[in-house]
Amino acid sequence: MTTPHRAEGLSPLRRWRANGPLSPLAPVAFAVVALVVSPLAFVAVQAAQAGWDQAQRLLGRPVLATLITNTVTLAAAVTFATAVIGFGAAYLTERTDLPGRRWWTVLLALPLAVPEFVRGYSWVSLWPSVHGYWGAVLVMTCSLYPLVMLPVAATLRRTDGAAEEVSRSLGRGPWATLWRVTVPLARPALAGGALLVSLYLLGEYGAFAMLRYTTFATAIFTEYKLGFDAASASLLTSVLVALALLLVGLDAWAGRRGRTTRAGSTGRSAAPAALGRWRLPSLAALAAVVALSLGVPLYALGYWLVKGDSTSLPPASVWSSALTTLGYAVSAALVSTAAAVPVALYGWRRGTWLARSAERAAYLTRALPGIAVALSVVYFAIRYAQPLYQQPPMLVAGYVILFFPLALTAVRAALAQVPPGVEEVARSLGTRPLAVLARVTLPLVLPGLGAAAAMVALTASTELTATLLLRPTGTQTLATQFWVYTSGLAYGAAAPYAALMVLMSVPPVLLLTRRALGSHPTPETPR
Amino acid sequence: MSGLTITDLHAAHGRTPILQGVELAVPDGALACVLGPSGCGKSTLLRVVAGFHPARRGHVALGDTVLDDGRGRLPAERRRIGYVPQDGALFPHLTVAANIGFGLPRALRRDRSDELLSLVGLSGLGRRHPHQLSGGQQQRVALARALAPRPELLLLDEPFAALDAALRTDLRAEVAATLRAAGTTAVLVTHDQDEALSFADTIAVMRAGRIVQQAAPQDLYREPADTAVARFLGEANLVPARIEGLQADTAFGILKLTANAGAARRGPVLLRPRQLRLSVTPGPGKVRTRIHRCHFRGSDHRVELAPESRGLPPVLIAYTDTAWPPGEAYVEVDGLAHPVDEPTEPLL
Repeated sequence: MTTPHRAEGLSPLRRWRANGPLSPLAPVAFAVVALVVSPLAFVAVQAAQAGWDQAQRLLGRPVLATLITNTVTLAAAVTFATAVIGFGAAYLTERTDLPGRRWWTVLLALPLAVPEFVRGYSWVSLWPSVHGYWGAVLVMTCSLYPLVMLPVAATLRRTDGAAEEVSRSLGRGPWATLWRVTVPLARPALAGGALLVSLYLLGEYGAFAMLRYTTFATAIFTEYKLGFDAASASLLTSVLVALALLLVGLDAWAGRRGRTTRAGSTGRSAAPAALGRWRLPSLAALAAVVALSLGVPLYALGYWLVKGDSTSLPPASVWSSALTTLGYAVSAALVSTAAAVPVALYGWRRGTWLARSAERAAYLTRALPGIAVALSVVYFAIRYAQPLYQQPPMLVAGYVILFFPLALTAVRAALAQVPPGVEEVARSLGTRPLAVLARVTLPLVLPGLGAAAAMVALTASTELTATLLLRPTGTQTLATQFWVYTSGLAYGAAAPYAALMVLMSVPPVLLLTRRALGSHPTPETPR
Repeated sequence: MSGLTITDLHAAHGRTPILQGVELAVPDGALACVLGPSGCGKSTLLRVVAGFHPARRGHVALGDTVLDDGRGRLPAERRRIGYVPQDGALFPHLTVAANIGFGLPRALRRDRSDELLSLVGLSGLGRRHPHQLSGGQQQRVALARALAPRPELLLLDEPFAALDAALRTDLRAEVAATLRAAGTTAVLVTHDQDEALSFADTIAVMRAGRIVQQAAPQDLYREPADTAVARFLGEANLVPARIEGLQADTAFGILKLTANAGAARRGPVLLRPRQLRLSVTPGPGKVRTRIHRCHFRGSDHRVELAPESRGLPPVLIAYTDTAWPPGEAYVEVDGLAHPVDEPTEPLL
């Protein structure tokens, strides 16, 4: 045997790169994550600058107690209501012989396409008496229950029902089985959905402003917009952020207790439970939910569209706002999708602790109320990028930070479709890493990237809170123009804007539903 | 002089050591098999050789080229090593022909992919997409794709594991024939001893991140290094004996040994089930047993015997051509006994 000598062509740099713990992808991924997460640090910086005295004065005000009470009681009531409705709807559509189950799933998910502030508008404009605490509970429950229903339905669909069948064979009745098997099975999904609902509630501004109900978000907005008191607004924001992180922590703690094994699916779906005499009441209940959450907004939009503009304000063009909106939304979509690719690739290729934490950090903004993200971008621009303040790039940056988790999820979902090992095989066939990306990985995820961009674009085009804070002076998007009209009680003039936003939200909601539930059909009939 | 040489190879996942001093030599043109239970590190070994996983220290060389010495690594794309993973990992967005031609310069793609399609018996399927092929066909395409750039070494990571039994046997024989015809040096990783015994020229048994024995299949089966290797390769009767020089003193009398065992000691000797002969009449060197169970396995019968004399394990296994009814039988030994030791290191 000859003594092998050192291979030629191993330059020191190549050697370091080949052997180092970081691939060339890592610096890019970390830079993106740092950029996305950094503005949040400025909320803390700003709050610290308020000074201790001011902080004490602000935080000691009785109004803070009111805000906390208002926000927490609302969050508790809505979270409970959405959990009950969401689980019920998911159970009925996934585990029973309800007629037309697949149609019900779509109908029940569609309310997500109605932005909360449009929903607020549709109730308030038809019945001015809907306002305050109970108004907020009604409107937000109608808006948010799909956030519980979709993950629960997905879990129920994935698990094949064998656990329920075993429970029945052990002599438990249908109700006992529901309570002791199905509910615990769905508990992680239920908890995740409930968390999402409460985080949403913390950050919502438009609907509460419309319903004249004061929460943290509306108080922060007023503080910032009217008084332009950045310090006290950021103090309130940091309380809000703390509240959000507390919720996330609570969820993580609760999640550790209820451990469910992921039942291996046999590919056979469960035999649906027969509803029997509960069929009519179930149908009626679901119909009521759909009527309240989908029917009322559609009716309101139709009513005001037909009634025409009841306005004294000068009419603006829907189409020019739509164009502006689309411009911003598409830029944000392209930037955030492009930024999500390196982070997703890095996490997908290397399951290391470092890669996982980078990815998790990127999801951090998802747990934070939209208004907090928007304000942090404002502070950042004022202090460190003055020329960008109230310029188009700032709004795009705000969207990117706000919707980066959305893009990342979509890109990760696309990467999950790539069979494991193809990149390695491509390299073993003599292809350089960049060529592997161009010839194998990107062609495989391209449709997914398109979906990611579309998702971000359509979501961004119905965003109100951050847009109000970040838009360049004089720029009107669909949401802000709608807001101008409704603030002037010009409900008729606002209707076309609302209708357009709802229409634009339908595709991402359908996409989300399909991705959450998978596209494989459930059998319509028992057995 | 070509061939794969691995010396004192160490590798780890994070802080967990996986490979702990692997020694392996595969001569040019040989089909080698790394055989070991799942979790022993055999896939990691393959990935280090392919260039997907870094070595911590040690030495991996292909011919005169150093692939990895713990400090420098040749990138995977410059190693000229083909790789066939367990599930094939075909590029789903490319046709079969484009998959096979992936690693070739544009000008050669068409001719070479046609040539390889016929080599793996899939002529005419070049325009299909991977999802239109059966599992066995997909694996053949994966093999053709890896062979297309004429690699110096081919690595196969349990490539038949996902297939059903009959197809697995056929494809295995087919692949071995293809590789021999192409003269390719190949390393196959598997946990299936049948696969290893029927496929390879040389088998390396791996355990807890080390190669414990490397030998030709027949030698490995008849003369394993220790009791664990003996059991891993097939059913084994381990009979207590007094061993000295070329002889073992057992309950079956004096048996000849496969090799000189040196100074006198006590220890087990290995007798494979086929070495036990059953008869109805007593005689010298025969042990009286009760037939405990006998079941038909298609090609032969597997007989469980309970020996009545002491100094033997409670159950002996014999494979016979004819069925044995319950009752008594006398057992004698045919061929050489092989002295085996208990393994010195942990099994996983």
